[in-house]
Amino acid sequence: MKGILKKIAQINFGLMSPEDIRKMSVTKIVTPDTYDEDGYPIEAGLMDPRLGVIDPGLKCRSCGSKGGDCQGHFGHINIARPVIHVGFADTIHKILRSTCKECARVLLTDAEIIDYKDRIGNMVKNEESITNIIKEIYTVARRDKCPHCETEQEDIKIDKPVSIVEGNYKLTASEVRERLEKIPEEDHILLGVNSKVAKPEWMVLTVLPVPPVTVRPSITLETGERSEDDLTHKLVDILRINQRLKENMEAGAPQLIVEDLWELLQYHVTTYFDNEASGVPPARHRSGRPLKTLAQRLKGKEGRFRSNLSGKRVNFSARTVISPDPNISINEVGVPEMIAKEVTVPIYVTPWNIEEMKKFINNGPKVHPGANYVERPDGRKVRVYPETKDAIIEKLEPGFRVERHLIDGDIVLFNRQPSLHRMSMMAHEVRVLPHKTFRLNLCVCPPYNADFDGDEMNMHIFQTEESRAEAKSLMRVQEHILSPRFGGPIIGGIHDHISGAYLLTRESSVFEEDEVFQILMRAKIPLPKPKGESWSGKEIFSLLLPEDMNMVYRAEICRRCDECLKQECKNDAYVVIEDGNLKSGVIDDRAFGSFAGKILDSVVKEYGTDKAREFLDSATKLAISGIMKKGFTTSTDDEEIPQEAKERIEELLSKAEERVEILIEAYTNEELEALPGRSLEETLEMKIMQVLGEARDKSGELAEKYFDINKNHAVVMALTGARGSMLNLTQIAACVGQQSVRGGRIERGYSERTLPHFKKGELGAKARGFVHSSYKTGLDPLEFFFHAMGGREGLVDTAIRTAQSGYMQRRLVNALQDLSVRPDGTVRDNRGVIIQTMYGEDKVDPAKSDYGKVVDIDRVIDEIRIKSGK
Amino acid sequence: MPDIKSVMKVLKKKKADFPESLIEEIADAHERHNLDDKELNELIDRIKKAYERATVEDGEAVGTVAAQSVGEPGTQMTMRTFHYAGVAELNVTLGLPRLIEIVDARKKISTPTMAIYFDDEYFDARFEKEEIESEAERERFKEEFVRKTANMIGKSSMNDILKNFNLNYADMNIAVEIDEDKIIDKRLDRDDIIKRIEKAFKRVQIDNNMLSFEPPAPSKKEDDTKIPIRELRLLADKVRDLQISGVKNIGKVVISKEGLEWVIHTEGSNLGSVLKMEGIDKVRTTTNDIHEIEKILGIEAARNAIIREAQNTMEEQGLTVDVRHIMLVADMMTADGSVKSIGRHGISGEKASVLARASFEETGKHLLRASIRGEIDHLTGIIENIIIGQPIPLGTGSVGVIMKRR
Repeated sequence: MKGILKKIAQINFGLMSPEDIRKMSVTKIVTPDTYDEDGYPIEAGLMDPRLGVIDPGLKCRSCGSKGGDCQGHFGHINIARPVIHVGFADTIHKILRSTCKECARVLLTDAEIIDYKDRIGNMVKNEESITNIIKEIYTVARRDKCPHCETEQEDIKIDKPVSIVEGNYKLTASEVRERLEKIPEEDHILLGVNSKVAKPEWMVLTVLPVPPVTVRPSITLETGERSEDDLTHKLVDILRINQRLKENMEAGAPQLIVEDLWELLQYHVTTYFDNEASGVPPARHRSGRPLKTLAQRLKGKEGRFRSNLSGKRVNFSARTVISPDPNISINEVGVPEMIAKEVTVPIYVTPWNIEEMKKFINNGPKVHPGANYVERPDGRKVRVYPETKDAIIEKLEPGFRVERHLIDGDIVLFNRQPSLHRMSMMAHEVRVLPHKTFRLNLCVCPPYNADFDGDEMNMHIFQTEESRAEAKSLMRVQEHILSPRFGGPIIGGIHDHISGAYLLTRESSVFEEDEVFQILMRAKIPLPKPKGESWSGKEIFSLLLPEDMNMVYRAEICRRCDECLKQECKNDAYVVIEDGNLKSGVIDDRAFGSFAGKILDSVVKEYGTDKAREFLDSATKLAISGIMKKGFTTSTDDEEIPQEAKERIEELLSKAEERVEILIEAYTNEELEALPGRSLEETLEMKIMQVLGEARDKSGELAEKYFDINKNHAVVMALTGARGSMLNLTQIAACVGQQSVRGGRIERGYSERTLPHFKKGELGAKARGFVHSSYKTGLDPLEFFFHAMGGREGLVDTAIRTAQSGYMQRRLVNALQDLSVRPDGTVRDNRGVIIQTMYGEDKVDPAKSDYGKVVDIDRVIDEIRIKSGK
Repeated sequence: MPDIKSVMKVLKKKKADFPESLIEEIADAHERHNLDDKELNELIDRIKKAYERATVEDGEAVGTVAAQSVGEPGTQMTMRTFHYAGVAELNVTLGLPRLIEIVDARKKISTPTMAIYFDDEYFDARFEKEEIESEAERERFKEEFVRKTANMIGKSSMNDILKNFNLNYADMNIAVEIDEDKIIDKRLDRDDIIKRIEKAFKRVQIDNNMLSFEPPAPSKKEDDTKIPIRELRLLADKVRDLQISGVKNIGKVVISKEGLEWVIHTEGSNLGSVLKMEGIDKVRTTTNDIHEIEKILGIEAARNAIIREAQNTMEEQGLTVDVRHIMLVADMMTADGSVKSIGRHGISGEKASVLARASFEETGKHLLRASIRGEIDHLTGIIENIIIGQPIPLGTGSVGVIMKRR
């Protein structure tokens, strides 16, 4: 057993004093060379062995522990003349500007000092940020005359990145340091320096810590050549210049040379800290690539924080291509055997499972339900080999831990990027299956936003009992059928599930009893008693419905007639379920589709998630069996309309084009009347767009008349909401319509015209991207070009949108992630600041609500009345 | 309201603590369905059970869920600006850009607009006072009033009331004729216009509707390089563009009738000035500029404005997002009494934890500042605990177990 882990209570930040740096250091570094001719590290060089070891075989000279255990030790470089730390240059400038050049006091009157100290004290006590008040002091304390000693102050400017200029005189770093030293300690806090952990003069460096070799490991290439880390390169530069500066100073070289060398040293130290500081040319590698120095290591998406601390690489994970499997439950995931043998679940051996564990070990790492490792109670891990397995089985006893292969029923975490919402990571039960892809039920495609055109997904295996328990009760797929975004189902039937259910339940569907039993067997639904006569599809579907279910709604195929005929609807769109029997109406997207399923929604809310999973599994299987019984296909025949219709559409379109010409003529004759608040040109555009839009819709309607849902499978898909829309079909059959760029007709291209085929200033339908043809007849070259323009805009739009909305979401999550509901019902952040006194003003969890409401009161009343005898 | 009382009585008896909105809903259903006591009892029993099931669990990470629920539909939104439903004449930023604008709490939004409603009580008072009886006449009065107000709000320039505009290069002046009909049509005040003209231009002669402008006299100095003809043309532009009426910051206005009611939509926004005008419904008149609402009506109004704007944006795109998520975003933005943006200049930049700030944006700045300030990170947030590898203090991680020693 591992010992009890210590909890980190807080992290204190502070500056290091030169003494601290020297105390921490194990050696002074002086020589810029790293290795001697024999390839051994030079003492007092940058690779000094006392700085730590990387080689696993060697022992550290400083701490004695082996490579890998030794975290490394710092060294130090004494800098010949002080240099300014780039990160603090701005702060130094502001502090100097706010202090007197003579007496070094803050340029505040005594009264102000007392007032500010009071305010800062309070803020520190309340743990608020003092940044704003310090900013205020920096502006107030910018006085021409010191209130304490009456000295006239000169203006101090900063010349990026690190030069500080007073009047016309450039202060040297040593002078800056002297001034900072003189500032009395009681004034420190007013300048934003916490005197407990930092002194202003420490911002000017006199000694530089040298990070251990573990921080900047060198890589040995295959050629045997050594390649040093960027930081080592930079440190070599610093050492070299430092050495030269020291020698020159000792030799009493002219001021000018010393100045130059100092500048160079300052440059190297600056780029050592931040190689992207403004005003400094970045230091480059021999190859011309800018060096990655300290600030770059931390910053940005690939920096330490975001890629190693906020997100970490993990073991016990797998990734592969996904493919569909309609036969497994929505709760399950098919895992290839290959993966199941690689990633393992740790199991503690107990008297009750020891025999089972022995079997796993006996299978070894290569046979499927086997084991890869055994960990003894003392923490030693042994790999299971065919040769050693017998010895391991012999020694196995309670308290050991066996890392066995994944088996059916294990709980794993399944994830597809981008993980935009919590349904992007759900817990599934494992089904070990042959072949090499992850298999998932089609109903879980919408929450993951997955399809099978090559998508890959990740799987993570829980390693503790607690995590498995938590995942099983909170993260399982069936617990996420309802989306917290709107309180409706996000998991549900798609595509063929919908068309299948429609084919099965439509009025004309009647099955012989033997057929019914075939369908049911295939869908693995418990068989009902034979009734000796033919069944309607609605009766078959009713087998899945809970017995006491009552509901009425309009199906997706509802045409929204002016007057609803209810049960007598000729489209059979009025769904009535009485006591678990589908009396009328067809089953389609509104029944159990994702984002829309009414029946599914009601099953989850009334009967719980277990029932909902069962319902969804069997409903989709039934739909698939149904579609296989009926047969379902589509071809270009489905978009064929009779010649007569084509002629009428042609007529309609040419009439519209004529009307456009009339509008243009009215415009050129200045007869067109402008709409309020619009120019003539805008008015014309709007009117033309309207006419052409109408023409497309009308031609669509015309074509629609020839589409019969009973004969045409493409229409079945469009109307039931399975896939595609009527617009798609009419675009194929009748007319594609106006192409748009930037929300209007196409205007760009050549001067005053879209293409050289048109006259300058031509405004007609065709000249501005109206596609008169249908996809089926084919587009002419001009139409094709305009269509491509519109298409390209769509692609560009999507690319930009994903970037923008991704950033927005990152900001939103970052801003809100610390909020939680507290036991008193308030919503607070991690500081305890109240954001809401009652969550959502009514304490209702949208994920558990009925489309945002506690319950549908009208329905409850109906139910009460039905129960009490109508 | 008698039915609220009876509902409350039952609730008290059942010891059910329902939020106000739910009680109102029950009372409403009570009235609509005409429930008897037994039915009401049963109803409340059932709702109580449903409410208990639907309440949030303690420790629930509502913030993250809200952020995901608002952010995730972003990928499905459009980028373009479209016409406002109903008012085709105005372009309003919609979709993702508008949502980003809202959470950014931009000071200058790209398309500020107002919806101005009228106060029926004010009209009634006026009708009484001026003894307007017939319905038709009242309607006419209303329309007249609305048009007049619209012209007071909307920007008009000289260009809108000109009949003739002549640049006379020979005499070096501009002859302008004002169209009296247009003034009347726009319901402007002629004297006021003249006053404004006189104020704006020194060298102007006014003879009834004929105006004559002259460019400023060339100065006597030698080094005057002004070209007279150019001066004249510049003056012409100035005359045309002279604003003769309107509220500051408001450009075009569009009058429309929504149902039985007159509404003015504007391009540009100035809530403060419009609310001071006569006959305006001060309750419903609104703007889409959140900062303006905050300035004029206060932080709670700004919070509601954020919720309304964000929800309208979502709904317009056909996306459903529960209000509670949007409410939480709005409450977070307004929690400390001023509208703060979501991002590095607002909420994320003011977090207490150094590590949380450093891991979001501007890593170096935050770490360096923390070191001289001697900041202490108490590690109470999410990212901090992830960074140091501890369980996060939310959900399951927010509770501990205490064992009783025997």
